[in-house]
Amino acid sequence: MMRCMKALLSGVLLLGWALAGWAAEPSAQELRSLDDQVQEIKSDVLGIAAELSVLEEQLLFPSNTQVSVFVSLTDAPSFRLDAVRILMDGALAAHHIYSFKELDALTSGGVQRIYTGNLPSGDHQLEVTVIGKLPSGKDYTQTETFTFRKSVEPSLLGIALAGPGAIELNNW
Amino acid sequence: MNRSPRVPRLRRLILPALLLVGPVFAGEPPPARDLYFSEAVFWAKQGLYFDALERLDAELIQHNGLDEPQLDTLYPFIDDAEFSVGDFELSYRMHSRAGRAITAVLEGNVPEPVRNEAAYRLARIHFQKGQLKDALEALDRIQGRVPDDIRDDLEFLRANVYLSTARPEEAVPILRKLQSSKSWAGFADYNLAIADLQQERGEAALQQLQKAGTIKATDESALAIRDKANLVRGTLLLEAGRYEEAKLSLERVRLDGPFSNQALLSAGWADFSEQHFDRALTPWNLLAARNHTDPAVQEAMLALPYAYGQLNVHGRAAVLYGQALQTYGEELNRLDQSVESIQQGSFLKALVREEIRKDRDWVIRLRSLPETPETYYLMELMASHDFQTALSNYLDLEDLKQRVERWQVSFDAYEDVIQARRAYYEPLLPGLDQQFREVDSRRRLRLEQHKILTDRMQNMLVAPRPDFLATTDERLVTARLNRLAEGLDPETDAALLTRIDRLRGLLIWNVRTQYHERLTQFYEDIQASSEAIEVLNEQYNAYVRVRQAATHSYEGYEAPIKRLRTRVADASQRIDRLMARQGHLLEQVAIRELKRRIERLEGYEERARYALADSYDRATAAQSAVQSPVEGSE
Repeated sequence: MMRCMKALLSGVLLLGWALAGWAAEPSAQELRSLDDQVQEIKSDVLGIAAELSVLEEQLLFPSNTQVSVFVSLTDAPSFRLDAVRILMDGALAAHHIYSFKELDALTSGGVQRIYTGNLPSGDHQLEVTVIGKLPSGKDYTQTETFTFRKSVEPSLLGIALAGPGAIELNNW
Repeated sequence: MNRSPRVPRLRRLILPALLLVGPVFAGEPPPARDLYFSEAVFWAKQGLYFDALERLDAELIQHNGLDEPQLDTLYPFIDDAEFSVGDFELSYRMHSRAGRAITAVLEGNVPEPVRNEAAYRLARIHFQKGQLKDALEALDRIQGRVPDDIRDDLEFLRANVYLSTARPEEAVPILRKLQSSKSWAGFADYNLAIADLQQERGEAALQQLQKAGTIKATDESALAIRDKANLVRGTLLLEAGRYEEAKLSLERVRLDGPFSNQALLSAGWADFSEQHFDRALTPWNLLAARNHTDPAVQEAMLALPYAYGQLNVHGRAAVLYGQALQTYGEELNRLDQSVESIQQGSFLKALVREEIRKDRDWVIRLRSLPETPETYYLMELMASHDFQTALSNYLDLEDLKQRVERWQVSFDAYEDVIQARRAYYEPLLPGLDQQFREVDSRRRLRLEQHKILTDRMQNMLVAPRPDFLATTDERLVTARLNRLAEGLDPETDAALLTRIDRLRGLLIWNVRTQYHERLTQFYEDIQASSEAIEVLNEQYNAYVRVRQAATHSYEGYEAPIKRLRTRVADASQRIDRLMARQGHLLEQVAIRELKRRIERLEGYEERARYALADSYDRATAAQSAVQSPVEGSE
């Protein structure tokens, strides 16, 4: 049993080196070689993705009709955001329910592209409904309607949410 | 627009298994203000680094291709964006590319703090990859002003590099300075102890570990390093035979922390070594009730009855040996099933289960799934850094595979869209073009006329020409008077000619006296005409754009789609090959690790079996000894 104890002691102290020893085995070298190849394929696929996203945008959302809507949140909103619903000229364009990770990303400075579509030039109506919960636990729903002009350039619309009564529309 | 304030750029984690603690950087992106940069941050914050990189790469390519990048919204954040690409790549385990990107910043014409931060990041990558010489070289490039928010991080990295290259004497002064650092204090204390150990200054190391093990801490990483300091100190003292002191350190390790099992086991051995067998029972009893896959727990199951045996409680010892045998048997059975299941390919299939991967605690969930012996020991396997890297790569490859498969389907859909657009527009466009040419010729005529009138007005501003402003009626009357005058004889028709001259004079009078009003009217008419021309031009441009958009909606896609299809097909094949190799290696590593467990457990099982028999013998002997005097007295 004391041998057990000795083995344990050396096990604790040399844990770091034991792992290093395992890493030195041939298969670990192979793992590292594979790791390089995985990095390479990731880089290639990212390159394809970049080219493909340009092609997709040209094909599906040409700049003269493209409209994108983005959602941003202040870092300390006075409510818990549950969902955002977007109506474009009365038609449902997006209805997004937020996950914990997404909310965390929004409060950390991230901006979500909630909708990309096509609209002809001219005036259009954007209706934004925000659904959430107030600190008191009460449900909260607010709807705001904005009019914006779509020109021949792509329209980038930003919805900034800070809390009850604070829905702003910005043109980027 | 409201945005969040600056978020901490770096997060520290500790690698619990490693004795030498080094910083681990999760690659937190900085706050962003540029829209697309912020979108990339949105993805990165969710751990979706592929999407983040795809977005930010595209934005940077676009920015770098601008003639006047200083007008772009990304311009003020370009340094942050460049660094974030590196951070995202690191988080996506693309160290090579991250290194290249950061090197590019380092070699560019950038301010001193930016270059120093780049050098620091490069050093960090080299250190994480174990390229210590390169890490030192990168650190040596740091000169002058260092951004405040990385100053301590940089120094801690430098100290770690020195420790890793067996230069503790150079690490010590740096670590001493960091002892007052808010973020690295506990880590600095711990690493100072490691430096002492490297210099074979055992007592100093123990003192330092004592300090690291008694710091006040609230966040998880600081608590973990405190636990670790206590565990290492306790273990060193145990090995030195200073059992009481060892116990004091081991008892400071939190019962719910990552080092708790090992601490409980060692605490038991400390008591045991002092012949305090009854005291050893407390930590070992606690430990034996924990998760049986943990080696410390498995050892405690053997140590516990041994302690009872030393207390001459052989009956209880026999029962516990029996329980240990049963547990080892079950574990061995489960390990055999795991190995068999992995060999049948179930391991890799289980790893890529969608519903599992969506869960934050998917590794733990895998264990709780019924009938999944292939993943039961995944948590234990995850303790190995290489296994984690291999597993992460396998999961990343699976993600790439799914993307590539989606793209392959998308190409067919794109071609359908293009075909439908071609079928719609091609018959329409020739007729539209014909109509457009007719309208356009009229437009050109109007433009020409407008130009002539505009030029005429400009000339009149320099040299007044009232005759140009005569009305149509006045021109007709003038022409008629001229014709009449031509047919008259100056001698016989003098009276008529005088009348004609008078009428001409009247016309000239009107034109000249009304010149300013007429010029103003002419100017206003030209202005109105300019507005009409503007509308005409807008309509023309709109038509041209729509016409171009119609053509562009189906022309020019064949070549890029064909090229992309080929690249995607090639990538798909490579991913399949890599997944097969990576998967096979994962299986090998997992099986090898599980077999090691089997060997260890078989050893424990053999000892438990022997000890069980021995305990029964002793229990029986003890019972006989108790009964014999009774029988004798009878």
